[in-house]
Amino acid sequence: MTTSIMEIDRLNLHYSEFHALKNIELDIPEKTITAFIGPSGCGKSTFLRTLNRMNDLVAGVKIDGSVKLDGEDIYGAETDVESLRKRVGMVFQQPNPFPKSIFDNVAYGPRLHGIRDKATLNEIVERSLRGASLWEEVKDLLGKSALSLSGGQQQRLCIARALAVEPEVLLMDEATSALDPISTLKIEELVRELKKEYTIVMVTHNMHQAARVSDRTVFFLNGELVEADETEKLFSNPSDARTEDYITGRFG
Amino acid sequence: MKATLDPARPGSEGAEPTSRAEASSEPRAEASPASAAPSGGTPPRPTARRKSRSGGEWFGKTYTLICVAVLIVTIFSIVYFVASKGLSTFFVNGVSLKEFLFGTKWAPDGEPQSFGALPFITGSFVTSILAACISAPLAFCAAIFMTELMPKFGKRVMQPVIELLAGIPSVVYGFVGLTVIVPFFRAIFPGQGLGLAAGAVVLSIMILPTITTIATDAMSNLPRGLKEGSYALGATRWQTISRSILPAVIPSMLTGVVLGIARAFGEALAVQMVIGNAPHIPSSLFESASTLTSVITLSMGNTIMGQVQNNVLWSLALVLLVMTFVFVAIVRVLERRSLR
Repeated sequence: MTTSIMEIDRLNLHYSEFHALKNIELDIPEKTITAFIGPSGCGKSTFLRTLNRMNDLVAGVKIDGSVKLDGEDIYGAETDVESLRKRVGMVFQQPNPFPKSIFDNVAYGPRLHGIRDKATLNEIVERSLRGASLWEEVKDLLGKSALSLSGGQQQRLCIARALAVEPEVLLMDEATSALDPISTLKIEELVRELKKEYTIVMVTHNMHQAARVSDRTVFFLNGELVEADETEKLFSNPSDARTEDYITGRFG
Repeated sequence: MKATLDPARPGSEGAEPTSRAEASSEPRAEASPASAAPSGGTPPRPTARRKSRSGGEWFGKTYTLICVAVLIVTIFSIVYFVASKGLSTFFVNGVSLKEFLFGTKWAPDGEPQSFGALPFITGSFVTSILAACISAPLAFCAAIFMTELMPKFGKRVMQPVIELLAGIPSVVYGFVGLTVIVPFFRAIFPGQGLGLAAGAVVLSIMILPTITTIATDAMSNLPRGLKEGSYALGATRWQTISRSILPAVIPSMLTGVVLGIARAFGEALAVQMVIGNAPHIPSSLFESASTLTSVITLSMGNTIMGQVQNNVLWSLALVLLVMTFVFVAIVRVLERRSLR
């Protein structure tokens, strides 16, 4: 419980002139759920995306400081971004399945990494879909287009797709904000289930979700990390006044 | 509600659609006396209020209706004219349709006369499709380059340059083809250099902007999540392009290719300058041939209105027109499917 899988040290991020993340320091413990909360534009999503270097795709981003995964700096010279992203998977705010069949969506990742064998792929697809609690609903529709699924199913498919490459860490960027309450509940249950095997880092705009689901909560404000603590502690007895103002609904 | 719509309709149609429709202020309703019942929900309401609106409203509607009417009348007249002339070859002059479409001997002034248009139909199809085959991969790569690899350079420099290609007059293309491509082919392949291959190459450059523009638009309109989803699974750029972007833009690419083929099919001058204009089906790509358009432009000055030699050219034009409709229909179908 106390081993950290990711360690972030003095991380600063600039979008050209804008200082978006200021001196972030954080440890993310293994096989727990860490939730990032904070008002819109506070940098929580930006921070999440530094953890698998998705910000590399955005022009004009400059990063210094270090992010270590199992003790290795992911911004180091010899880091291979592709294998990093294989180890640190991501689920996005909008369900974004590929316009392919359900099977091909889940098999996309394994195929990227060189798995061709049909039997192995079948096995991975079934295991991943089971892992995302979607198997029972789609086992007879694997050849159907992923776009024919409902929004909640699509999001679980995206989770299955991420699980298929067997990541160590799963990043979820407001993964339920585009979904209805019932689908949201399903995903929250699923996330609690997943933490047995994966480390989960989720951004949420919904404090109640953080309180319901996460083990640890981190509060961001204006690009600064204000407070990081056990969820229960942070919500019942925050040590920073700004955290208290936020969770009691005085702003944001 | 339905009852109020029906009675006035039948009389007011046809005669003077613009002003009548305005006065009763429900232009749409006249089209649907029969379908009013099933559609039920929201028929346009006949209201007195609308009449009191400013004159601009009235003027705008009338003006638009006139413009639309002019367009429709023009299109229908052209179709009617071409069809009536083109069909009279078969109904007045008694040329058999089968001989026209499948005959291979073109001798309008011969003894006996023969009107086999198959060489031209083949010529048109071969040059256009070959042109698309050359152009489509180039266009796809150009689009990838402009959207994925160097978006800034692409948008500022390459896109305008490629669009410029669309503005070059076809006689210039033909001239360049005749001066550069034909001698080049003559030097390395047997024959005179004039022929299907030269025509296809010239056409491929002419249709490059069409396909490239459509492919570029399709790629830049892809949802951001598609690419991110692929990268987030550890895909390299090339893997993302080939496995994620390419399959997603293929329907639009096909639309672009069909539009390109349609444009190539109708192009006359540039092709005529480099294809050689021999009225037979060539046995090689480097042998002189003809297309539907080239034979029309070459022969129309030498025929007399109303004679079979003239009418048969109209029949060729009709084939072109029908093919254009077919291409437009294909594009429509592709677009509808890619919306899914």
